[in-house]
Amino acid sequence: MRKMLAAVSRVLGVAQKPASRVLVASRNFANDATFEIKKCDLHRLEEGPPVTTVLTREDGLKYYRMMQTVRRMELKADQLYKQKIIRGFCHLCDGQLLLPLTQEACCVGLEAGINPTDHLITAYRAHGFTFTRGLSVREILTELTGRRGGCAKGKGGSMHMYAKNFYGGNGIVGAQVPLGAGIALACKYNGKDEVCLTLYGDGAANQGQIFEAYNMAALWKLPCVFICENNRYGMGTSVERAAASTDYYKRGDFIPGLRVDGMDILCVREATRFAAAYCRSGKGPILMELQTYRYHGHSMSDPGVSYRTREEIQEVRSKSDPIMLLKDRMVNSNLASVEELKEIDVEVRKEIEDAAQFATADPEPPLEELGYHIYSSDPPFEVRGANQWIKFKSVS
Amino acid sequence: MAAVCGLMRRPLEQVTVRDAINQGMDEELERDEKVFLLGEEVAQYDGAYKVSRGLWKKYGDKRIIDTPISEMGFAGIAVGAAMAGLRPICEFMTFNFSMQAIDQVINSAAKTYYMSGGIQPVPVVFRGPNGASAGVAAQHSQCFAAWYGHCPGLKVVSPWNSEDAKGLIKSAIRDNNPVVVLENELMYGVPFELPSEAQSKDFLIPIGKAKIERQGTHITVVAHSRPVGHCLEAATVLSKEGIECEVINMRTIRPMDIETIEASVMKTNHLVTVEGGWPQFGVGAEVCARIMEGPAFNFLDAPAVRVTGADVPMPYAKILEDNSIPQVKDIIFAIKKTLNI
Repeated sequence: MRKMLAAVSRVLGVAQKPASRVLVASRNFANDATFEIKKCDLHRLEEGPPVTTVLTREDGLKYYRMMQTVRRMELKADQLYKQKIIRGFCHLCDGQLLLPLTQEACCVGLEAGINPTDHLITAYRAHGFTFTRGLSVREILTELTGRRGGCAKGKGGSMHMYAKNFYGGNGIVGAQVPLGAGIALACKYNGKDEVCLTLYGDGAANQGQIFEAYNMAALWKLPCVFICENNRYGMGTSVERAAASTDYYKRGDFIPGLRVDGMDILCVREATRFAAAYCRSGKGPILMELQTYRYHGHSMSDPGVSYRTREEIQEVRSKSDPIMLLKDRMVNSNLASVEELKEIDVEVRKEIEDAAQFATADPEPPLEELGYHIYSSDPPFEVRGANQWIKFKSVS
Repeated sequence: MAAVCGLMRRPLEQVTVRDAINQGMDEELERDEKVFLLGEEVAQYDGAYKVSRGLWKKYGDKRIIDTPISEMGFAGIAVGAAMAGLRPICEFMTFNFSMQAIDQVINSAAKTYYMSGGIQPVPVVFRGPNGASAGVAAQHSQCFAAWYGHCPGLKVVSPWNSEDAKGLIKSAIRDNNPVVVLENELMYGVPFELPSEAQSKDFLIPIGKAKIERQGTHITVVAHSRPVGHCLEAATVLSKEGIECEVINMRTIRPMDIETIEASVMKTNHLVTVEGGWPQFGVGAEVCARIMEGPAFNFLDAPAVRVTGADVPMPYAKILEDNSIPQVKDIIFAIKKTLNI
């Protein structure tokens, strides 16, 4: 019996697990399944991403876990903010407890479509990307609570988290787009076939510097994937009230574009693979519009109902939660069982809880370090405090 | 014996400030392939002021890049490239146009190393002519030393002569931090002797260190950029009257070398600052404030005095323009007033 179970486990690519999991694993799961995904609207492109995609069980479980982690992490941040343990700005990328729905599919789907050696930069709604790019929930929450164990040592907060090949977290709307084009320039300069995903929102899409970046990226054929996360609201201003043209995937004009269902993680993944391949082939930049919905308010200080109706929010929620969508697909195609997904939920909840406890208990950064990290690679020097007698040491 | 010595001595090169910057960039481009230059007209035009003459021919399209007229865009691109590990030199045709891009310089470049908790350095250089030129009127004549000097996270240098220009641009390029290099268009064509050390490919002038250009005992005169030359002229005139000025060339605006100025003031007991920029909240104001806060205050025999540009947008007509920037006579007057002569 054990030998048979072991053999089955190997076939399914599942490692040896404790008893309860072995029971689950002894069900014959499919290795993979094929799904139809929405066709993308195209601009200046003959062909788009494929309309079917194969999802392996392994990938499905991975994406599910990642999306749940991002959601739960954001919900926890929400909670900590309401308890005033997180201060300042807190732009979340999740939905609320009972009514899910938002941008988890974007960050997990984008990451699934690129390599860890590719690059990504986004605006201030960045916690999800910080996670998918490799930082732990603990480091992220601890940065949000402003403690020394935070990924930026408490110096940056919500909008300024960095990781390898992840350039933040940027607070000035639109400024990250020329930065992303610059990172793409470095990719081309170094000749390593890497691309840079440069994200911005529907609100930022009207910034002039974005058009400057489009122009130079196209002129110089930079491997830049411009990605507009269209959640239909720039703070309290709906897209119809902000943009003369809301076809954001066409706003790059001479840059080919595609409009993608941003609530379907498989759609996002396929589109990203397509876009990255386009850039890697040396054809220059491409633009992707991800259609999503921001269930929450703009940030923690915005209840989100003064500029739209509750009916609208309800409708979107009930129809397209990215996590429910993936779950249904996996269960219905026998890629996973409801129980094992529930187990993942439990594990994720614990991970978040542990991280939140750490983030709440970790001490604040030592005052002596207030002046640190002004300059890189320099010998220590003195930094002035609130008056001439208060001096801080600055260490690189 | 004298004839033999004469034969052995190497003649000192006369190099214009423009050529000194050009040499500095050329040497750094050669030394490190991550260094590249971008800006308007820097490549095929050889530079709007010919500072990058010959570089495109030598290094090609990959390393010398002509940009469209998109300051905010290309400054952001330079900062992004620096974040990804390259070492860009971003030229602003004049620093007046950097105002369009100032968000990228301050919020994306200067603050990032700090905000990231020491994870993300930004080794970018922003350079170009700063301050008054001749007859270009108000929108093309502003000095940005005080604006950039205000911001932690930036380094700001202001070369005067060829030695400064070459040594500082090389140091700026090798620095792992964002450095603003404030050149001066009227100085580009001025030749100076380059001392022999400055002819070495590893000649660097440290950022954050001022230079005493002329020793003196009666008064300390502090300046940056072109006005350093005016101060030296004033010193020559005053020397004939028995007044010996100690002229300090700041070379760096941030981090400011206040110690050199303090030591000098403790010797001379008098201070005059000279700058081309506007008086309010300027470089001179900062020098005076710091002198008050430090040990040198007790050595002052008279209040410190500032000589600056006039508090007006730069006018066009020659007589008006001439009187809107500090002239040698204005410096002499201020020195004599301070010395109560």
